[in-house]
Amino acid sequence: VLTIAVCVKQVISRESTLRVDAAQAWVNEDDLAWVMSESDGFALEESLRLRERHGGEVVVVSLGPARVGGLLRDALARGADRAIHVIDESAATRADPLLIASALAGGLAGERPDLVLTGLQSDDLGFAQVGVLLAEKLAMAHATIATALDIAGEHVRVRRELEGGWMQWLTVPRPAVVTVQSGGHPLRFATMRGIMGAKKKEIRTVQAPADVEPRQRIVAVSTPQRRRAAEMIEGDPATAAAELARCLQS
Amino acid sequence: MTAVIVETDRQGAVSVPSIESLAIAQELGGPVTALVTGAETARAATALAAFDLSDIVAVDDPPIEPGASTTLVSTLAAWIDAAQPELVIAPHSYSARDYLPRLAARLDRPLITDCLGVRIDNGARVFTRPLFQGKLVADVVLDGPSPHFATFQAGATRADSARPATVAPRVTRRSPTIGPDATQVGVEPPFHDTSRTIDLTQADRIVAVGRGLNDGKHLAMIQELATALGAEVAASRPVCDLGWLPLDRQVGSSGQTVAPALYVAIGISGAIQHIVGMKSAKTIVAINKDRDAPIFEIADYGVVGDLFEIVPALIAALKGGHSGNT
Repeated sequence: VLTIAVCVKQVISRESTLRVDAAQAWVNEDDLAWVMSESDGFALEESLRLRERHGGEVVVVSLGPARVGGLLRDALARGADRAIHVIDESAATRADPLLIASALAGGLAGERPDLVLTGLQSDDLGFAQVGVLLAEKLAMAHATIATALDIAGEHVRVRRELEGGWMQWLTVPRPAVVTVQSGGHPLRFATMRGIMGAKKKEIRTVQAPADVEPRQRIVAVSTPQRRRAAEMIEGDPATAAAELARCLQS
Repeated sequence: MTAVIVETDRQGAVSVPSIESLAIAQELGGPVTALVTGAETARAATALAAFDLSDIVAVDDPPIEPGASTTLVSTLAAWIDAAQPELVIAPHSYSARDYLPRLAARLDRPLITDCLGVRIDNGARVFTRPLFQGKLVADVVLDGPSPHFATFQAGATRADSARPATVAPRVTRRSPTIGPDATQVGVEPPFHDTSRTIDLTQADRIVAVGRGLNDGKHLAMIQELATALGAEVAASRPVCDLGWLPLDRQVGSSGQTVAPALYVAIGISGAIQHIVGMKSAKTIVAINKDRDAPIFEIADYGVVGDLFEIVPALIAALKGGHSGNT
């Protein structure tokens, strides 16, 4: 039976107004909306489609504090079969992708996934590392920035995006970790039936390793310096538009 | 010693971000070694010899097939073990995203990616990198034994700030180290998406739209503005991912790189992946509801506000119509 693990991350929604926290080392997390990181959503969608085509099960995995339970419940409502919550209340893991990958590998201990999917990078830290680090930790092959994938016998066929509109096909032996680009197929969202069904699905909890020593530390967070500040055209929309039109026509 | 992993195209031409990485390594001080792999390393080594470097290491005996990350990882791991660099720098390319995390994990050393810069503060290297897609910037410090690994985003410094050679660098050739995982991944030749029909690089004016459009049904309004300006319509990646516009309209690292006389960015926040594809435009106009959007950092003219109010008013103004005030 094909087992696909999907690693998803809960992030602050893009629409949120970010405020640097008092310590100037992160953002104030109070009263924010939390969502699934965009490309992780596409990884989940790919996994559900692979299961529809080839059978098997989809196991969704996430690292984070208690709030992550809601994210996993949503993934189960969209169609994942079961979930693993790697509980981590510490903020120290946040900036160190190797610690994140180790904790996720710990969550997958005892599982034997044929395929591990995850987004190519998260919307918040944007390391673009964790999938590949996880592959090394799990001693699996890997492929990155997939825009299409399918199971082909004991392999995974991956269309990898290169720069400047180029791409290439890879044939990767299973088990493998594949990082997924946004786009691909339209995302499905939870139906009422899915939400009801998700209540009966299993969320297994695993504790992330304690007393970890991060080797990457955020020492300050700030608003970026403006390098070449635009000439800002102020005023109500009609006034601003008229002034902009004048600039463009001069 | 700082090592720079240099990337080349299939003809051996050194990439501009690789030269930026050399400049960053030089600025940090100490000897710099450039390590180059690929099919045409002799040509690359000749180009690299023009820069102030202590060593050039060319892995070409035999060359490593482009895209074969497993052999790149085992080769670099063996070289790093012998050469003991303190810091290893590379551009934050798609290729680096594929092999560098694997290398860092294998050696159990920290890798910091997508950096904007690095400085020395009280004897410690402090890296800056974006958070939340560039809305914020973090200062990050790496701990633990060397080597540390870092990738820098395109444009982190100017390639022409790389110091030229005063003494010719020493050039050595190396053979790849073939690990047990060498033949794991079958790699096929790169191909270009043949569905591309629009050559945006030839457009003199471009009106580009981003996620701020909210719904593909609003594209008619964008098209109307483009017509009024005599411009082509383009988009940032999310717009193409959502299927509002075909992929051949995409500007950015995974799409086309353009340098028109006028680039109007509407509802585009200005993620680096988009910026690299359009920052060379002569005049950049940004319309965005978020005053702190990074696009305003590179724009010449900026309007903060609701695009659904500003774009129709702009169309009216361009057509010489009166929009309320006379």
